[in-house]
Amino acid sequence: MSVSTSPSDALTPLERQYVLLTQNGLPIIAKPYHWIAEQLKISIEEALALTKDFQKRGIIRRIAAVPNHYKLGYKFNGMTVWDIDDKQASKFGDAVGKLPFVSHCYLRPRHLPGWNYNLFAMVHGKEPEEIQHYRSQIKELLKEVLVTRESDDASQSIPSQSNDMLTSTQILKKTGLRLKRKTESAS
Amino acid sequence: MDKSSTTLVPELSKLDKGLINLLQHGLPVCERPFLQIAQELDSTEDEIIEHLNQLLEDKVLSRFGPMFDAACLGGAFTLAALSVPEKDFEQVTQQVNSFEQIAHNYRRDHAFNMWFVIATESQEEIDQVIEKIEEKTNLSVLNTPKLEEFYVGLYLPV
Repeated sequence: MSVSTSPSDALTPLERQYVLLTQNGLPIIAKPYHWIAEQLKISIEEALALTKDFQKRGIIRRIAAVPNHYKLGYKFNGMTVWDIDDKQASKFGDAVGKLPFVSHCYLRPRHLPGWNYNLFAMVHGKEPEEIQHYRSQIKELLKEVLVTRESDDASQSIPSQSNDMLTSTQILKKTGLRLKRKTESAS
Repeated sequence: MDKSSTTLVPELSKLDKGLINLLQHGLPVCERPFLQIAQELDSTEDEIIEHLNQLLEDKVLSRFGPMFDAACLGGAFTLAALSVPEKDFEQVTQQVNSFEQIAHNYRRDHAFNMWFVIATESQEEIDQVIEKIEEKTNLSVLNTPKLEEFYVGLYLPV
């Protein structure tokens, strides 16, 4: 998992303070970056430069408003999963990720025979038909690279199909991912 | 689902909709970012700030601020699943949720009917948590860590 191993030690103490200060949100005031500067006891120029640098390094994806799905009417989500040709997976994963209605798109390992899907793409919609429609659009895009597997293993309880959509029926737990307030040597 | 969040906000003004759409893409990094937003939406800085605070208060927006890439902040993550017999579902939910390393957990309509994110300080800890979940539940965990990320960004136009 090369993508998940960059340690927080890579952050300077100041950068760490910035994350701790802002990870729960920014105050909505005329000069929010001045607020960051004051809190961190740095200049506004430094605060802006630090923010831009975080964005450049991909540590901050963007400074944005996170909408409440349900309040905006987006009540339905589907985790679409696909069994696609490994050799083409990066190229096609990238294309699926670019679809405007896909919010998350990842390659993940298969676990045969029970789990044959390697591409995951989340879609959201206001009606069940809407997410079905999105699934069809992804399928159209992936049709050439979908894998057909012979289900020759009679003991296999889960039939092998080239794609599926898992809709969520209940949130069982939801907490935010947070950088903990502790010293860097802890782990 | 959480009941309080299922009620729709009856009316969003044109300005509110414009704000929600624009600010999902991101706030400019400059001294007066809301002034810039106001110019784009044909409004004033004060009005933008007032409306944005109201949208947060009404919980139309759940959060406003930097979206950090959790993986860049250190630690390890994975998405994992269990195929839980229906009669045991409640008990297994409690067993899995009892681990503080479980960040999200969703019930989904599939043979693998429980999907959760494990967030830990290290890769070794991920393996330990999975082992403990298997011991506790007597079920085998499907572990699907991300191998490659193509896109993360939710845009819900209103």
